[in-house]
Amino acid sequence: MTVIEQALRKPSEVRLIPFLVAGDPDPDTTLDLLRLLDEEGVAVVELGVPYSDPLADGPVIQEAATRALTHGMNLSRVLALAKTARESGVRVPLVLFSYVNPLIQMGFERFAKAAREAGIDGVIVPDLPVEENEALRTACADHGLDVIPLVAPTSRERVRMIAEQGQGFVYCVSSLGTTGVRDGFSRDVDAFLEEVRRVSPVPTVIGFGISRPEHVRRFSRHADAVVVGSALVRLIGERRDALQHPAKREQALAEIRAFVRELKTE
Amino acid sequence: MKTELPLATQVDQNGRYGRFGGRFVPETLMYALNELETAFREAIADPAFHEELRTLLEEYSGRPTPLTYAQRLTEYVGGARLFLKREDLNHTGAHKINNTLGQALLAKRMGKKKLIAETGAGQHGVASATVAALLGMECKVFMGEEDVRRQQLNVFRMELLGAEVVPVRSGTRTLKDATSEAIRHWVTHVEDTFYMIGSVVGPHPYPEMVRTFQRVIGDEARSQFLYREHRLPDHVVACVGGGSNAIGMFAAFLADREVQLHGVEAAGHGLSTGQHAATLSQGKPGVLHGSFSYLLQDEHGQVIPAHSISAGLDYPGVGPEHAHLKETGRVRYTSVTDEEALDAVRLLCRTEGILPALESAHAVAEAVRLARTLPREQTVLICLSGRGDKDVETIRAEEAKRR
Ligand SMILES: Cc1ncc(COP(=O)(O)O)c(C=O)c1O
Repeated sequence: MTVIEQALRKPSEVRLIPFLVAGDPDPDTTLDLLRLLDEEGVAVVELGVPYSDPLADGPVIQEAATRALTHGMNLSRVLALAKTARESGVRVPLVLFSYVNPLIQMGFERFAKAAREAGIDGVIVPDLPVEENEALRTACADHGLDVIPLVAPTSRERVRMIAEQGQGFVYCVSSLGTTGVRDGFSRDVDAFLEEVRRVSPVPTVIGFGISRPEHVRRFSRHADAVVVGSALVRLIGERRDALQHPAKREQALAEIRAFVRELKTE
Repeated sequence: MKTELPLATQVDQNGRYGRFGGRFVPETLMYALNELETAFREAIADPAFHEELRTLLEEYSGRPTPLTYAQRLTEYVGGARLFLKREDLNHTGAHKINNTLGQALLAKRMGKKKLIAETGAGQHGVASATVAALLGMECKVFMGEEDVRRQQLNVFRMELLGAEVVPVRSGTRTLKDATSEAIRHWVTHVEDTFYMIGSVVGPHPYPEMVRTFQRVIGDEARSQFLYREHRLPDHVVACVGGGSNAIGMFAAFLADREVQLHGVEAAGHGLSTGQHAATLSQGKPGVLHGSFSYLLQDEHGQVIPAHSISAGLDYPGVGPEHAHLKETGRVRYTSVTDEEALDAVRLLCRTEGILPALESAHAVAEAVRLARTLPREQTVLICLSGRGDKDVETIRAEEAKRR
């Protein structure tokens, strides 16, 4: 069982997987946020690699990525950041969320090795469907990195094939569309989650659009963990001036901590 | 020239041309792409579909388009004889209509009434809005804000035709971002929406499907040329944005080894300036908009903005089949600057009374350069992909700058 799987099988109340865009608003803040999330006992952290053409992301994450890119963020720097976090004692399993092209340019083999050395435990590639992921899986297997597949409500007869490839966990996309806060979710999601759960050999995680404690609680019944992305990224984005202001930084971090706690409360 | 090339007129089952192509999209779209592929294969195996498409191409778009011998241009150049395949005479003014008629008929067969499209120059947007009106469908066109500014006339035409133009403000605000936005919209509305891609780019089966609908250009040109000249052309030249007019033209000649094929990309301000759209000469293999092909990108895999005076060539990617044709050496890819394209516009206007699109002017410029080096017995066939009415404002502004 990989460390990601272990983290998701631990008996626990609500298992939360926060998503951060690495380098937004700046690398030091990302480091502080990683420490904060580790202290709050989240299950896993998803670390987003900023990309110029994010096909699976909505405006909130896209804008955060654009900000990070303007500050010179790239895949190598995200890995360096993860390494620093590990050296400063961050224990929580880390999953990288990256579009495929930066990985191709680094080379899958080089990437897998560097990611492992940086303390990354798994990788999610939103534009690499299972039909295309063999080379990455091979490279990652050599370095003990989980390749986490995504499954969508439109996957239909593909669900079993995808779930069978699951490593670490299977990422269930809550609804059609890109990442971003949603007001509500259709009733069908619960059945979809149960279906994936039935066929998946690894834990199931739900994400996309989940922003409120009541969403987290609702989905915790049908999945092993819940990802909160845009809602957190938006909060960080709104606080970015404060986060970069020495006198206001502590207060902003405290607000983010309070938000994470609220999400985690049963 | 490299030997023993696999012609890859057929993609493999994963949608690959050699090592290029494939499907690099969010999982949410995979079922839709499989469904599209099945519907496309059924449609092209169905004589009734061909008949419906043929009728529209003839009775609505005005096909076959003529083959024109450019006598005065030939005399001016003083080398090989130059011929034009007149895609500019299509309804709506460019080859884009061939593909949108095909895709919209397919959408109709699939029972989808909502069409979306991306557009750079606006020609694909206008063609999409046109067929949507013709078939009574809803149409939304994504267009970068910068292109909305450059191509106001086409924006107005789309709106007049009843389409909604959605300005895209992310990234470089050009075709690249319009395409990303269209894909994101499709991810959200995949169950009732048909995405009409405007070139031989995107995930499988789009490159193959668009090529199939554009092949009419090459098939007509080849038989027209044979009929008129009793032989095949020695050279065929086409501009390459995403590469659909070029593939449509080349497809008919790929097996004719004696015919030399030339694809012309936009060199913008010059290859050395970094401001160009010469993906095949300056890019590296990578993934953009769902397929693995050549791409303008930095060392970290971030997409670099392209530049061309012509909005339709201003794209940092290129169709995967072109990447394959480049690597096998079957097609020679070269580039033409903004300046050279503008000169070619003027030249074709003055010698033949034909105002070409800025995109097509890139092909004209390369053909002229080539013809100069060739003897009189040789022939060069140019794909004149569209007319220049949409570019008049841009051309006028450039002329004013030069004075
Ligand atoms: C007239 C014309 N030619 C060429 C192109 C470039 O596209 P492609 O390379 O797909 O033919 C465009 C695109 O807008 C166009 O409008």
